[in-house]
Amino acid sequence: MNQTLKVSHSPHVFEDTSVKKLMYGVVIALLPTLAWSVYAFGIGAIIVTAVSVVSCLAFEFIIQKYLLKQQPTITDGSALVTGLLLAFNVPSNLPIGIIIIGALVSIGVGKMTFGGLGSNPFNPALVGRVFLLISFPVQMTSWPIPKGFETKYADAATGATPLGILQEGDKPVTQLMDKMPGYSDLFIGQMGGSLGEMAAFALIIGLVIMLYMRIITWHIPVSVIGSVGIFAGILWLADPTQYADPLFHILSGGLLLGAIFMATDYVTSPMSKKAMLFYGVGIGVLTVLIRVFGSYPEGVSFAILIMNAAVPLFNQYIKPKRFGEEVNNGQ
Amino acid sequence: MLKTFSKGGVHPAENKLTANKPIEKAGLPKQVTIPIAQHIGAPSKPVVKKKDQVKVGDVIAKSEGFVSANIHSSVSGTIAKIDNALDPSGFRKPCVIINVEGDEWNENIDTTPDLIKDFSLSAQEIRDKVSEAGIVGLGGATFPSHVKLSVPEGKKVDTLIINGVECEPYLTSDHRVMLERTEEMLTGIQLLKNALGVNRVLIGIENNKPDALEHIQNIVSDKEGIEVYPLKVKYPQGGEKQLIKALINREVPSGGLPLDVGVVVHNVGTSLAVYEAVQKNKPLVERVVTVTGKSLKKPSNFMVRIGTPVKDIIEAAGGLPEDTGKVVNGGPMMGKALNSLDIPVVKGTSGILVIPAKEAKRDKEQNCIRCAKCVSVCPMGLEPYLLKQLAQLEKFEALEKNDVMDCMECGSCAFDCPANIPLLDYIRYGKVNVSQIIRNRKQK
Repeated sequence: MNQTLKVSHSPHVFEDTSVKKLMYGVVIALLPTLAWSVYAFGIGAIIVTAVSVVSCLAFEFIIQKYLLKQQPTITDGSALVTGLLLAFNVPSNLPIGIIIIGALVSIGVGKMTFGGLGSNPFNPALVGRVFLLISFPVQMTSWPIPKGFETKYADAATGATPLGILQEGDKPVTQLMDKMPGYSDLFIGQMGGSLGEMAAFALIIGLVIMLYMRIITWHIPVSVIGSVGIFAGILWLADPTQYADPLFHILSGGLLLGAIFMATDYVTSPMSKKAMLFYGVGIGVLTVLIRVFGSYPEGVSFAILIMNAAVPLFNQYIKPKRFGEEVNNGQ
Repeated sequence: MLKTFSKGGVHPAENKLTANKPIEKAGLPKQVTIPIAQHIGAPSKPVVKKKDQVKVGDVIAKSEGFVSANIHSSVSGTIAKIDNALDPSGFRKPCVIINVEGDEWNENIDTTPDLIKDFSLSAQEIRDKVSEAGIVGLGGATFPSHVKLSVPEGKKVDTLIINGVECEPYLTSDHRVMLERTEEMLTGIQLLKNALGVNRVLIGIENNKPDALEHIQNIVSDKEGIEVYPLKVKYPQGGEKQLIKALINREVPSGGLPLDVGVVVHNVGTSLAVYEAVQKNKPLVERVVTVTGKSLKKPSNFMVRIGTPVKDIIEAAGGLPEDTGKVVNGGPMMGKALNSLDIPVVKGTSGILVIPAKEAKRDKEQNCIRCAKCVSVCPMGLEPYLLKQLAQLEKFEALEKNDVMDCMECGSCAFDCPANIPLLDYIRYGKVNVSQIIRNRKQK
């Protein structure tokens, strides 16, 4: 009985969880969407995703090891998630050089300049995506049309996205809608768009996986999608000839990808449930504003980045309700 | 829908290894070490001296003031010395050390197993007997029980809540008391009810103890004013604020007591001690202690005399395993790791948990990824990530503003943190400093 005993503060047991587990959980939730885009775009989806993931991991490793002289943490899965999300946000025929630039901006500027995982104010994948959109507007907006497994890279037939059609058209929306894919096509991803934003059903499977694994809570996705539905619905009811209907807004563009995978990024979203709802509604309203009144056809990325900037304010002013705050003495 | 508290909470693995082990009497030790401060409040004053002879139940230290409790000898024998010795806090504190000789009890104590139900005593008489017997809250908080039976002027109590939750993993001492000492415990509850003059008694038990629930429900079905509620399993439901919320949906205000919402909470083990004190004149000299751990040969529930060294009861449970990393006084969520096995069992010891070396480690701390899990599991609605940052930066005023003193140190945040950040360590550091600041302010 002369063993040395360890002494430490409670608790002495811990939940079987880790950053790694959560990140790889997100990766698992992204797999259905990845599988669909490989099926729909073929070799292009594979190349874009592989280049994006490998270069994100490589940049993180190089920056941590040689610039910051830290122990590299690329196995924690966060750079892998960033790589996948960046790939999901670009067209499947994007030239390889541009993808690498996107990865450098995502990891280098979006994440490591602020101190790495946990310190970045903006979603790194979106920083990369928006940088590319502004720098390479042509390449970033020529979307291949999904035609089943394509074996050639970069010369696929391209077409406009549904939101693009809506933005360009000067005719009433009711006539433009005839040119649009139907809701069932939107649901299974039969339209032009970025690699991972189109298949609503695959993204929703991802959402269910993340909710089931308790990686995220419902607050952000539901408030984003709900507020887009309500705000777009009000516009549509006011003038159906001028504005598209809410279901179209929800299923088109990057809304579901944004609401499910980008807005819910731990690091750049608020801490309390109440603040998460405000943040989600902010994203939804801004998205519709940009889509309907802005010059860009799509606004989810900008909306999320703008709300990312507001997160410190949310954390400062929207506190969780303390226990005992409302004294209920039952007498 | 089963009742539970609404805000936060976690689900640690229950590991109730000893749920089916009846309470056994632990053997008498050769020597006991009885600290004179085993309760919240003023330490008691020793009234014996070296070489005095004592019997079981003799007072060896008298309570000093209202919030304090008498200490009794748990054995018969000779006082070896009154000296500083390690107590469960890990520090040397004044203790009475007694060499055990035989097992002779004070003649006022009724040591027969007969059940007595004498409800003729007045509230004041019950309070006096509870105070005399040195009873403190046996759930672990060790607040002197007679204080909780004296309702201050201007407060009204309408409900007595009996805490049979035992939400700490591993521990089963309350569970076994509810199963084996049911009638005595219920008599104790009746006495508490009379002392407080309330009409409503609610017993809250988590539904991972269906045998205890059914057993007590059958007995109380013909007793008026006592209701038993099964509760959905969730840690920390045994915290009194959480239990009150779960049962009657009242929230004790920040810095307040259950009294502020018309409630008094007592533990089931305390109820048994109250029965013994009032009906049998038996002071608090022994208690049920769960000795447990996955690596132990014979995890058990023991009736242990106060002051018995921890190593004696670990020996009785099959001896300390080779690969032991930690020995914890209490449960794994809130218990304190012991720095020596000579430390005695005290009134607040509900269990001794042996943790193997491979589980007694903390993984490397990583960057906070702001996943907000700590915020969503905090049962008090606090922001542990923020409190940790503020404590680390020593911003104590901001800590106080962010209600750090509401933290009850349940450990849910640190338990659930995926980045292995010792949130509660930092928060404790903050609390110590903030309470110092508050004390200084009051003195001015």
